[in-house]
Amino acid sequence: MLLMLRRPFFWIIALAVVAFALAPVVGNDVSMRESLLLDALYITLASNLNLMLGYAGYVNFGSIVFFGLGGYICVWLVNSYNWPLIPSLIVAGLGVSGLALIFGFGILRLRGAFFALATIGVIEAVQAFVENFTPWGGSAGVYLSGEIFKPLGGPAHALWIIYFMMVAVMGLSLYLSFAIKTSKFGLGLLAIGQNEDAAAILGVPTSRYKALVYSVSAFLPAIAGGLYFFKSAFIQPSDAFDLSLSTEALVVGMLGGEGTVTGVAIGAFLYEELRGYLLTSSTFANFQLVVSGALLLLIVLFFPGGLMGFIYSRFPRTQKVLE
Amino acid sequence: MTALLVLEKVGKRFGGLQAVKDLSFEVREGEILGLIGPNGAGKSTLFNLINGVFAPDTGRITFVGTDITGEKPYRVARHGLARTHQIVQPLTNMTVLENCTVGACFGKDNLPLHRARAAARDAVAVTGLQDRAEARASQLTIAGKKRLELARALAAQPKLLMLDEVLAGLNPTEVEHMIGVIRRIRERGVTILMIEHLMQAIMSLSDRIVVLNFGQKLAEGVPAEVAQHPQVIEAYLGNPKLAAELQGSSA
Ligand SMILES: Nc1ncnc2c1ncn2[C@@H]1O[C@H](COP(=O)(O)OP(=O)(O)OP(=O)(O)O)[C@@H](O)[C@H]1O
Ligand SMILES: [Mg+2]
Repeated sequence: MLLMLRRPFFWIIALAVVAFALAPVVGNDVSMRESLLLDALYITLASNLNLMLGYAGYVNFGSIVFFGLGGYICVWLVNSYNWPLIPSLIVAGLGVSGLALIFGFGILRLRGAFFALATIGVIEAVQAFVENFTPWGGSAGVYLSGEIFKPLGGPAHALWIIYFMMVAVMGLSLYLSFAIKTSKFGLGLLAIGQNEDAAAILGVPTSRYKALVYSVSAFLPAIAGGLYFFKSAFIQPSDAFDLSLSTEALVVGMLGGEGTVTGVAIGAFLYEELRGYLLTSSTFANFQLVVSGALLLLIVLFFPGGLMGFIYSRFPRTQKVLE
Repeated sequence: MTALLVLEKVGKRFGGLQAVKDLSFEVREGEILGLIGPNGAGKSTLFNLINGVFAPDTGRITFVGTDITGEKPYRVARHGLARTHQIVQPLTNMTVLENCTVGACFGKDNLPLHRARAAARDAVAVTGLQDRAEARASQLTIAGKKRLELARALAAQPKLLMLDEVLAGLNPTEVEHMIGVIRRIRERGVTILMIEHLMQAIMSLSDRIVVLNFGQKLAEGVPAEVAQHPQVIEAYLGNPKLAAELQGSSA
């Protein structure tokens, strides 16, 4: 772990996190903060999905379930039991990770398209369960009272604290991706992603590793979900388990370069900025999905390695620095 | 000499096809045991049974005194048993060195990453792939990929190395080189069980030979014995060219 400190990439991540934290503070720019909060959220979701998709080679359409369930657990603990935010977030993260571990051993027996389909099934099943689960408000959802922001110094102050926490979660996601990529666990995952049967014959404990990475990839998205829905003070199933957000996280990974830490982060950032622009522009507001669809097609056709694949091939030396 | 791997009455059926039947033999420590037999005799299937890709229907497989029958491939690898594939299985987007590091990390000694890299470098050097160490596996020629199979298995520091037709598809110079590599590996004290169709090579490399036909053992013995064995010659007479090679190589 200490060895990571000697890697330039460690400091590049630190720099990005500091830049995120300071940028809106400098001009006390609230609208910039809101836009960067969504960027940080997208980077968190895409980086953790990348552990499954880019490292282990498993297409998970259900990554948003981690985000949504984390949101529900956190909101429920805050609302029904008056828990403070931080313990609620931690329990949400651990709870969702634990569920993913149990689930992972089951559905990760499936491969390729079968696994991808099963993950869509997971979204549907969890959403159906929550819609019928009265303690979580069923399909109407849960509203939080304005009181919840009091311990954080009132709404205005709370929004800043939540923003810094989201940036911290983003930073942890990037470090997690980096640490796994440079570890033995990561090497085993990459081997699984290349050729699972060969990996097993070389001694990689494939079932255990797959379930483990599925579970690990659930932890920070669940915390991000908790933060996001605490901030909204409202959660309902259709927002929490939105398949299109899952799909966008996949697109972002391919856009930036599956399996790279930098590419996925930059991809998520650019995608979210572009989406923000399209949504607010009067010309494109209704074409947001058309544009992202076209973008995906272009990448798949012309830049199969994504943004990072392109940069690596143009400037091979960057491979030594940018993970 | 002590037995490293012992097979007792091992059998495997695929639907209506008895691919391996009542097969018993042992691989002794330090030897090169050659496994030959016509196409479809069940040689590769036997490798799959030993390293856990399939569980045998019947019989028992013991490795260094431990019963490994039906164990999962990754567990078998930990016991110190590594193999190559007849159809190469490179981790295509990883470099040669990374491929070997996977072998070393998850092989017999379960090495931490930095020590695995050293073991991988060593295996790369032994197989003569130094110049290609940083190349992606997908960029190698078929001969290179064959060597990579061997290097990766070797990086696991196995007690027993199982080679499935590592000479197939190589030109005479490459075959020559590969035979040298196999000899060097054996000198390091690694026991080898190898499948090969190239008669001349297998007859000169092996200490002993087991002949398989229709999933059953046809003969077992030192190369000269086996080559004179009437049933073996008969089995190979279906393929006059091989029969001639068999005769030629023992003479
Ligand atoms: N997974 C499988 N499912 C069904 N049949 C199989 C399977 N694997 C092998 N077989 C059959 O078992 C028999 C033995 O095959 P195997 O690959 O072991 O032969 P081999 O001795 O290695 O032949 P070769 O010299 O051609 O490599 C063949 O008839 C083959 O078709
Ligand atoms: Mg074969």
